Amino acid sequence: MSLYYVQKLLYNLNRDEAVRARFADDMDSVLADYDLTEEELTAIRKPDIGLLYVLGVNGQLLMHYAALKQFAWDEYLQAMRDGVAEHGPVREGIYAMVGE
Amino acid sequence: MPLVFAGACSHAPGITGRADRADPVQRDGLYAAFDRMRRAIEDSGAEALVVIGAEHFANFFMNNMPAFCMGMGASYTGPIEDEAWLGIDRTQIPGAPDLSRRLITNIMNEIDVAYAEEWQFDHGIMVPLHFLTPRYDMPVIPVNINCQGPPLAPLHRAWKFGKALRVACDAAPEKIAIVGTGGISHWPATPDSGKINEAWDREFLDRFVNNRRRELLSYTDEETYRDGGQGGFEIRTFVAVAGATEGATGEIWFYEPIPIFAVGCTVATMNVI
Repeated sequence: MSLYYVQKLLYNLNRDEAVRARFADDMDSVLADYDLTEEELTAIRKPDIGLLYVLGVNGQLLMHYAALKQFAWDEYLQAMRDGVAEHGPVREGIYAMVGE
Repeated sequence: MPLVFAGACSHAPGITGRADRADPVQRDGLYAAFDRMRRAIEDSGAEALVVIGAEHFANFFMNNMPAFCMGMGASYTGPIEDEAWLGIDRTQIPGAPDLSRRLITNIMNEIDVAYAEEWQFDHGIMVPLHFLTPRYDMPVIPVNINCQGPPLAPLHRAWKFGKALRVACDAAPEKIAIVGTGGISHWPATPDSGKINEAWDREFLDRFVNNRRRELLSYTDEETYRDGGQGGFEIRTFVAVAGATEGATGEIWFYEPIPIFAVGCTVATMNVI
């Protein structure tokens, strides 16, 4: 698992229009810049917003990727709920770090 | 000049981005409180506004995450997010680089603050500015306290940062306003978005406006995450304002949980003494 690089990809997508354009034009060439597992690559390509949440992606990054992929706000929230139902609890990151 | 204004407010993106989905009475009450704060800042004669925010991976990432960072740019841009998503048009915001440099230099006597001459404001600063400086004609100095990517600076360091900021402001000839902006309890951008712990919020606000230092600094991150969600880590911005106004008390101008905005919406001020 390489949560750091999944989040780095989304961070760069969120803040850099040129990266977004390249991602839209040739997604795989952008993905090749990051050290990602097959599960992560699948979740990003699909996109499986719920799985990305379960993998531990911070919502402050993920909600913008969902919006980029045309998820309306309620669809985004539901996708995360569906992801937990399908894939189980969050595995890593801030939502698995402290507390319950 | 001494500090001329201090306050705190919410910044959730839904406040502008999902405005049409809120109860109009609640929404308009919040907007009126923001406007009251705008007038108070203008009436204070402030020449610059320091916004103590908790940005959300717009400029800072875990490759090089500062605990505290201040802007030193001549200007800034924002919002970094999609304009339609946030409901705020992209614009340029004037900075105050000379004042920034003097504040940062002074604060460095107490806190190892990073600085940035480039900064794209996200909703964490743009939502407050949308209401508080709607013409974007007041120079702004952004501050970021890392509230997103642990390990986070302890609360007592946020307090100390606020105290150092106050000393620096009081040493400057300019009239300066500060506004902290963050949580209180919320679970933003998660399946629990819309959940708000009103009792926890009200207890925190009571500690804040009465500036009870020991109680404000007593929260552990584990307790905050349990009771206030990951968005609760943003209490650091309020704590910094309390540190900057140590010994003073304040007033809550607005607090109401508004679930579609995903936060207990807050507008509060601290007296400046």
